[in-house]
Amino acid sequence: MNIRIRYFAAFREATGIASEDIETRVETAAALFAECADRYPALQSWSASQVAVNDELVDWGRVLADGDEVLFFPPVAGG
Amino acid sequence: MSVFLITSQRVDLAALREGMFDTGCGAYVQFEGWVRDHNEGQQVLRLEYEVYEPLAIKEGERIIAEAGQRFGVRRAAAIHRSGMLELTDVAVIVGVSSPHRGEAFDACRYIIDQVKSRLPIWKKEHYANGKAEWVNCRHCTEAAHR
Repeated sequence: MNIRIRYFAAFREATGIASEDIETRVETAAALFAECADRYPALQSWSASQVAVNDELVDWGRVLADGDEVLFFPPVAGG
Repeated sequence: MSVFLITSQRVDLAALREGMFDTGCGAYVQFEGWVRDHNEGQQVLRLEYEVYEPLAIKEGERIIAEAGQRFGVRRAAAIHRSGMLELTDVAVIVGVSSPHRGEAFDACRYIIDQVKSRLPIWKKEHYANGKAEWVNCRHCTEAAHR
């Protein structure tokens, strides 16, 4: 399936890109992040991070579908 | 008026306050978050906020609505800045009006705490030593610093 991935803040700087379109066979958001961390070793930890799919926050176990836009958020720090 | 906004412009504090007036309200509580010159032993020169607006606004509006339901306040609004901010700039503001002060204080505290922990907003501190770092993210890109 085809997925669009977007990286924010520290993740964008770690990967050097804001977004990419990829083809993958992984099932979940967590597996997708692990696959990205293989390609970009600077993406070390997602323990305190969040993931959104199509502009909705979701669990890391979320099953992905063809055409999804997946947003990887490093730990937030508003205020 | 119940509002949540993200802006790259200086916040008009008087306009926000005027929007909170309500003849049924005897209390108004306002919180301002300012850009401070130090954090965790580092001298801070300025702050940079990155905001993913579509989700920040959606979640921010949810927080304002929750505050209304939980505490019964009449009006609530919050505004968060994006982009580069200098020392003493107002980074975030929360205003709440209600019949009595107790629920206004509680709702204001709830809103700022939730804004800090839930919204897709990231803060980069620029230090006097020339370095810059994303707050709360020292370990999320560990390999980049090895």
